Amino acid sequence: MAKKKMQGAEIVIEALKEQGVTEIFGYPGGAVLPLYDAIFNQNAIRHILVRQEGGAVHAAEGYARSTGKVGVVLVTSGPGATNAVTGLTDALMDSIPIVCLTGQVPTHLIGNDAFQECDTTGITRPCTKHNYLVKDVNDLAAVVHEAFHVARSGRPGPVVIDLPKDVVMALGNYQEAGTAAAEKYSPRVKGDQSAITEAVRLLGQAKKPIIYAGGGVINSGPKASKLLGDLVKLTGAPCTLTLMGLGAYPASDKQFVGMLGMHGTYEANLAMHDCDVMLCVGARFDDRITGRLDAFSPGSKKIHIDIDPSSINKNVPVDVPIVGDVGSVLADMVRKWKAAKPKQDKAALKKWWGQIDQWRARKCLAFEQKGEIIKPQHAIRRLFELTQGRETFITTEVGQHQMWAAQYYNFDKPNHWMTSGGLGTMGYGLPAAMGVQIAHPDALVVDIAGEASTLMNIQEMSSIAQYRLPVKIFILNNEYMGMVRQWQELLHGGRYSESYMESLPDFVKLAESFHAAGLRATKASELDDVIKEMIAIDGPVIADIAIDKAENCFPMIPSGAAHNEMLLGPNDKANKPISEEGMVLV
Amino acid sequence: MSEPSKEVNRHTIAVLVDNEPGVLARVIGLFSGRGYNIESLTVAETDHAAGLSRITIVTTGTPMIIEQIKAQLGRLVPVHKVADLTLDGPYVERELALVKVVGKGEKRVESLRIADTFRARAVDSSNNSFVFEIVGAASKIDAFIELMQPLGLTEVSRTGAAAISRGNKPI
Ligand SMILES: Cc1cc2nc3c(=O)[nH]c(=O)nc-3n(C[C@H](O)[C@H](O)[C@H](O)COP(=O)(O)OP(=O)(O)OC[C@H]3O[C@@H](n4cnc5c(N)ncnc54)[C@H](O)[C@@H]3O)c2cc1C
Ligand SMILES: Cc1ncc(C[n+]2csc(CCOP(=O)(O)OP(=O)(O)O)c2C)c(N)n1
Ligand SMILES: [Mg+2]
Repeated sequence: MAKKKMQGAEIVIEALKEQGVTEIFGYPGGAVLPLYDAIFNQNAIRHILVRQEGGAVHAAEGYARSTGKVGVVLVTSGPGATNAVTGLTDALMDSIPIVCLTGQVPTHLIGNDAFQECDTTGITRPCTKHNYLVKDVNDLAAVVHEAFHVARSGRPGPVVIDLPKDVVMALGNYQEAGTAAAEKYSPRVKGDQSAITEAVRLLGQAKKPIIYAGGGVINSGPKASKLLGDLVKLTGAPCTLTLMGLGAYPASDKQFVGMLGMHGTYEANLAMHDCDVMLCVGARFDDRITGRLDAFSPGSKKIHIDIDPSSINKNVPVDVPIVGDVGSVLADMVRKWKAAKPKQDKAALKKWWGQIDQWRARKCLAFEQKGEIIKPQHAIRRLFELTQGRETFITTEVGQHQMWAAQYYNFDKPNHWMTSGGLGTMGYGLPAAMGVQIAHPDALVVDIAGEASTLMNIQEMSSIAQYRLPVKIFILNNEYMGMVRQWQELLHGGRYSESYMESLPDFVKLAESFHAAGLRATKASELDDVIKEMIAIDGPVIADIAIDKAENCFPMIPSGAAHNEMLLGPNDKANKPISEEGMVLV
Repeated sequence: MSEPSKEVNRHTIAVLVDNEPGVLARVIGLFSGRGYNIESLTVAETDHAAGLSRITIVTTGTPMIIEQIKAQLGRLVPVHKVADLTLDGPYVERELALVKVVGKGEKRVESLRIADTFRARAVDSSNNSFVFEIVGAASKIDAFIELMQPLGLTEVSRTGAAAISRGNKPI
């Protein structure tokens, strides 16, 4: 093994190449200069220069979610690493595979309060799936390989590799990716067969079944979505999706009853409440879904498929836990269902669908666009209709516009919807859209945004210009932190403390100053033209859509309430005061 | 599903981990970050060749919390094995304490007498002090310390629990 020794930085780049990396998002600084030198000397990996490290992580998240690949980030020590923390936490909450390389002061200075030193592994321990501090150049390659394996296996998540400058400058040996990493960390993929048989039996006997699926289906890959579709068809059950799961089952199909949870549909939430058998597929019984726990689907038998044992029986006790990968377990379920050919109670299922149709008839998402004030629901609906037939990816910021996007933009395919669900990070959507566009240069990528959130990472417009990315920022501008204002209206007597967006920039001029096109619609009659022009422009666009400032997001299950205590519209609130326990929840 | 039990119980959990920097911080951070209790924690390398350490954690919680604790520990990358000794069958649990008692005359004699009934050994003595070493269950050590209180107890150093299952099977 008389291989030529390589510099640590070259070893890192070589390992990234071996892992199939073609793009990384980053920002340089003193501690990572050797790595930037190594990047300079090769052509296989393209570096995308962001304008703030937080943007790099969100961009990598968008890249990862839209491709199924691991997103890669490179930042310097100290402030570079701390700026990345929000994005890492976001990726942890939403199970997004990320490898983030951070620079570090040389090993002999660690602990010395050296210039731009911070305890990166200490700070990121609770917000990563795993992290490493590499102290020996000869460990570098193996650690990079292991990091990719950990980030993408089991429940995906962010992994940090902290790289002291002396280690990346030293000479050492390269090690090819082997099987060592898989031996060290190998989460269970195949589900317990007797539990799967029992699940099929329960579903086969159900009179009021429901399939509730989430982000885990997307994590598992497109094949899992296809199998979910097969199972929904075989069982004839209604299917509902979480915010993170949108696209895992086609929204246009009649067995889809919409998103569930706090801003989910009336029919999805009532069906969850009244069902007799619930199959949860790669979702985690989040508090946005369950509402008041003791009133959550009280009469049902629950089956839960999840690759992470800690997701099972965490909030809601289940009857049939199945630890495994959604794709693998669904394949087994479909096979067993076809073999067992369960005799379903067709009359009961018909009655169940009759009930669901009655709930549907309430038309909980109905809205009226009259006059020239643009209703946000209408704006999203038109965006959806006018982007039909194209390969379109949607990212969002956080707030009311995010919920309207989830409710009124229909997703028929997985990996086309990128949103910050678990952490709810304002400023996610713009850099995420940039990451998506890097991975899909020819697709239409739209960030459905609020004006407040847009300002949180607006600096990335500069990167978008640099790489000539035709990203569209579609702002539903209500001049409010709308979601905050909605809660203040509901819970704090309409005292709109600090939620008005004073002194907003002129988004059209702002766009122009970032070398993008700026468009504006202030009247409903202008909306379609603005959307069409936005799509037609071959370059980045900010479209500033002035919407009804008073509009709120409905339906809504107020925190601390049960599924069947849902508010359907603005007139609903008076008769159902929010409980004190509900007030303390977020 | 029927209401899960709300009864809070004490569990002794053994965790086999890679002996690498930061692993203890990971385990402790998990407990503090998620609001779980740690009654005691003991850690030392137990297999030098394989580079494995064993962490013994005594914790309390409802059955659902205990299940969460084990699942959360299990998903840490350097964790190889998590065993709930309390659930898995009979096991032996021991703690060790070093107890310094300062006194003369009648009290000094009395402390020796009590140490004898507890099978505590005097591992150091001067003309007016003893350091006793006592091994046993936590309750036994508690009792010993209480009895030494009036006899000149001045300092106690105590370990957490070390625990192992009975019988021929490893965890
Ligand atoms: C303002 C706001 C409002 C919101 N309102 C709602 C709402 O009304 N409705 C709603 O649904 N959400 C809402 N959310 C999002 C919510 O906070 C959660 O992020 C979301 O509900 C979680 O989705 P999930 O259960 O699909 O889990 P995810 O966070 O996507 O987790 C995936 C689960 O699948 C498992 N998994 C991962 N990979 C696999 C695999 N290969 N095989 C098997 N299992 C796997 C994981 O272990 C995990 O348990 C809102 C967020 C914000 C910011
Ligand atoms: C980084 C961050 N800070 C604060 C919040 C709390 N928050 C949630 S929604 C929201 C308002 C968002 O306003 P805007 O982007 O204009 O969207 P709108 O609700 O008006 O559609 C705020 C402040 C958050 N989610 N993220
Ligand atoms: Mg707003």
